[in-house]
Amino acid sequence: MSALLQEMSERALRLGVPLSVQLDLTYRCNEQCVHCYLDHDDHGEMTTAEIKHLLKEMAEAGVFILTLSGGEIFLRKDFFEILECARALTFCIKLKTNAVMIREAQAARLRDLGVESIQVSIYSHRPEVHDAITKLPGSLRRSMNAIRFLKSQGLKVIMANVLMTENLQDIHGARALAEELGAEYTLDPTVTPMMDGDRSILKLNAGEGVLHNLFRDESFVSDADEFCATPPAPNEESMASLPCSAGHTACYVSPYGEFYPCVQFPLSCGNVRQQRFIDIWRNSERLQEVRSIRLRDLSGCSSCAHGSTCSRCPGLAFLEGNMRGPSTADCEKSFARTGIPSVNLLAKKELAKTMPAPARLIQIQLVPAVTGSRLSSVGAPQALAAANVEPANLTSEALAL
Amino acid sequence: MSKKLYVARSPRIAARMLGEEMLVMAGQGSTLFTLNPTATILWQAADGVTPLDQIVESRICSEFEVQPEEAIRDAEALAADLAKHGILLLSQEPIAQVNSSAPVTR
Repeated sequence: MSALLQEMSERALRLGVPLSVQLDLTYRCNEQCVHCYLDHDDHGEMTTAEIKHLLKEMAEAGVFILTLSGGEIFLRKDFFEILECARALTFCIKLKTNAVMIREAQAARLRDLGVESIQVSIYSHRPEVHDAITKLPGSLRRSMNAIRFLKSQGLKVIMANVLMTENLQDIHGARALAEELGAEYTLDPTVTPMMDGDRSILKLNAGEGVLHNLFRDESFVSDADEFCATPPAPNEESMASLPCSAGHTACYVSPYGEFYPCVQFPLSCGNVRQQRFIDIWRNSERLQEVRSIRLRDLSGCSSCAHGSTCSRCPGLAFLEGNMRGPSTADCEKSFARTGIPSVNLLAKKELAKTMPAPARLIQIQLVPAVTGSRLSSVGAPQALAAANVEPANLTSEALAL
Repeated sequence: MSKKLYVARSPRIAARMLGEEMLVMAGQGSTLFTLNPTATILWQAADGVTPLDQIVESRICSEFEVQPEEAIRDAEALAADLAKHGILLLSQEPIAQVNSSAPVTR
């Protein structure tokens, strides 16, 4: 974040302004990604008129950065009508798309409308890997063509990858592809639970060993020693710090008008079909509660060595059952960085020791389901590491794969 | 007598008032600017059809206690600077706006 944007964010926080909003226009999608957190059925999307009304309310509330996402935004037949309305209201507009429906004409129109950036989801440089993740044959070729169209219009393109068991081998190849296409590259190391709380897709997460190596790869982190250093002890300032911008200067609105602190934090604070956007922003009791949370209030985290540097996501903590508790995915990242287990991980380890034998057997039974269909693309060692199977546990159940 | 100078907001610019200042993002290059109150007035009044000297006399001299000649000189320099960053369009003829909406203020 630039220094000026940081300063503006701090000012927005002081003024109580929702500087940034992600608005998902639809959950429908032409790809069916294996790691996606959404239910793609249409349960009653906002109409064009409702969205235009909402955009006006958001502009009046002071929203500056508007991210239009989905689902696949280009599946809405009124997408460009919505985009034109948003531009007329002088939002800074960012798009998230798989781009498979973008051709020359759409790219030119996005340029004419002054879109700030287009984030395109690409999971590998190899069609057999990318298309297996999206379950849409030809999707990598179409997305790559779209990036070329967008770049030829001088638009800023960000290629967004998600690290998962399916593409462990391809993160460097995907980045090389981004460089070749003139796109920026981001890599998200976390697969998140589905918005309805279903955690089954977490089995796709890369695992501690992969994260350990990734966090020491200086082609991804500029200074590995600094990035992986032992964290300083939390002080009063960190105890009083905010977890992230969710609900403070940023929020999320679903295609059905539901208002959440963040797309990864599905705590319903109201619905813009029933209330004005600004009234929810200012008056929602749930949002006030989210805003009140500080590190010192978090069970476990407040006494954790990682308190001052942890990237704890309050939404993931909420999806884990307690928005005032830890986010285990972030505890695992902190451990992979530093080798120091968090208070939460230590507690889980203690709990595991007291678990009865049947629960352990269930874990072993999970291994074939996690790895069975993936060995051809990622290789056995990585797949086993991803399943968090300790070497000592590599019994016949695992080797029989 | 020098020709009139017309100013218009660039249609590719994102803008929003935040407190007393205007946040402006130039789409190409994602460069963020903040405009001070004088520049904000100029930006808001830049409709492409009102000459700059008229904007200065009606909107800036009345708001800030400055002499018109000095204010116009400063405004021309400011307008040129904003145009250099792609925030304003300048012309010696009235400018037809692609997107003529004034930024929403609160």
